[in-house]
Amino acid sequence: MKKAFVSLLVLAALSLATEVTIAGSTTVQPLAETLGEAFEASHSGVTITVSGGGSSVGVKSAAEGTVNIGMASREIKASEIAEYPTMVVHTIARDGIAIVAHPECTVTGLSMDQVRGIFDGSISNWSQVGGASMPITVVAREEGSGTRAAFEEIVMGEALITDMAILQPSNGAVRTTINTTPGTVGFLGFGYIDSSIKAFAVGGSTPTATHVNDGSYPVVRPLNLVTMGQPSGAVAQFIDFVLSAEGQAIVAEDYIPVR
Amino acid sequence: MPHGRSTVKNRVENTMKTVLMISALSSVAIVFLIGFFTLKESIPAFRGIGPLNMLTEKVWRPGQDSYGILAMIAGSGLVTLGSVLIGVPLALGCAVFLAEVAPKWMAEIVRPSVELLAGIPSVVYGLFGMVVLVPLVRGIEVPGNTGFGLLSASVVLAVMILPTIASVAESALRSVPRSYYNGSLALGATRWETIWRVNIPAARSGILSAVVLGLGRALGETIAMIMVIGNSVIMPKALTGNPLSIFLSRARTLTGNIAVEISYATGVHESALFATGVVLFLLIMIVNTSARGLLKASIEGGRRK
Repeated sequence: MKKAFVSLLVLAALSLATEVTIAGSTTVQPLAETLGEAFEASHSGVTITVSGGGSSVGVKSAAEGTVNIGMASREIKASEIAEYPTMVVHTIARDGIAIVAHPECTVTGLSMDQVRGIFDGSISNWSQVGGASMPITVVAREEGSGTRAAFEEIVMGEALITDMAILQPSNGAVRTTINTTPGTVGFLGFGYIDSSIKAFAVGGSTPTATHVNDGSYPVVRPLNLVTMGQPSGAVAQFIDFVLSAEGQAIVAEDYIPVR
Repeated sequence: MPHGRSTVKNRVENTMKTVLMISALSSVAIVFLIGFFTLKESIPAFRGIGPLNMLTEKVWRPGQDSYGILAMIAGSGLVTLGSVLIGVPLALGCAVFLAEVAPKWMAEIVRPSVELLAGIPSVVYGLFGMVVLVPLVRGIEVPGNTGFGLLSASVVLAVMILPTIASVAESALRSVPRSYYNGSLALGATRWETIWRVNIPAARSGILSAVVLGLGRALGETIAMIMVIGNSVIMPKALTGNPLSIFLSRARTLTGNIAVEISYATGVHESALFATGVVLFLLIMIVNTSARGLLKASIEGGRRK
């Protein structure tokens, strides 16, 4: 009898707690988890559940109502907006994508056209972009990666990344490959830039947070949360929290805040 | 109570029998479950793309809805061939040395070291390959050679299959009756002639199964391959006039295709990766079956002599 009463109480408590479910981009996932923990600490009775799946899954899950919020580490495609016209996009952070090369590369900057030419294979020697005579080896992420999707969308347009590219399945592996192989070039999120590789200025603008904010650095992707219609209740509270000074301070630990 | 004790004994006996049978059957059930699941998940891809298209198409670009895995079949085949070419002679030499030549104290040092090779995690081989072997291979001055490719992958794989082949081949050689060896020496053959003409032929079925075990391991290896082979989806081709330079070409293996792309794949793309798994499954089954056939033939051939 006593047991039944206790379990009833637990059930009642559980149904009182509000759950906000989030799914999508694995780039945004760790950020959303950290933000979720901070939010739970200040809002008792709300639990935030975050799962992965990738940007496309995030958009689809939010649109179909299987989760409250979808995560996408890229722009929401026109086709997605056309399919789900009531979708609302909340940009919570920005991430620059740096074009990086082996540290001994003598080139310091490239134009967007040159970057595109290098990655589609039409520019195949560093001497064609002002460097020493050495064949260019492209290093890229695998098909399906959010960083690759964002790079393709912003830089490549209709062009395809060359078949000859060395593909590595993580940002860390891309960095090691570039660091150990002369003549290589690749792309990495700003968070992965260090002294083991060289990051190019693109269109005359060096890859720094300042240049992302003033709009001069061209290769930038948004990290988005999406909801169907304007959010309300706990979902709205969470998104407001993410965009608040406290939330944006957490964002600033790894990405470029939007406020 | 002798009667009661024997009932207890019987009960223990029967329980043990059931427990053992359940463990044996569960491994069979697991194989079938995995096979069934992989096949089921691959059906949308096979339906949408067509099995023949998948197997004969060279272009794999999931973004453009191209799902050909011929390049990966070629990659897996070539890297396995390369590892066998390098690894088998090395492993057999090692096995012959341990079984026939080495003094006891030396064998006791060499054998555990070879066995230790099998205990190194595959990602460590990959890391070693990536930072040591790849730069070495890059030293071969051929245009287009970056060090990442079939040669580096074959060398890494050769070392990985060496302990399996060496230890199975060694026990095969050891199981050859001593009288063969003594008889051959008594007939005036040298020690080397005896090993080459008597012991190795007598152990050939065991040596063959050793090689096949290595082959299976080579086809299935994943992480170390991803780290050194370059993963480009291209048909491997010779970089210069010398056909051997095909081993400097980058490639992707069937296993690598699954591991590299599965984390973000959805829909047909995901299903196509399962289809890659089905092809790999079939390939390994063909290797194992033909090996068993070879083994049987060689044993029967030996009997006829």
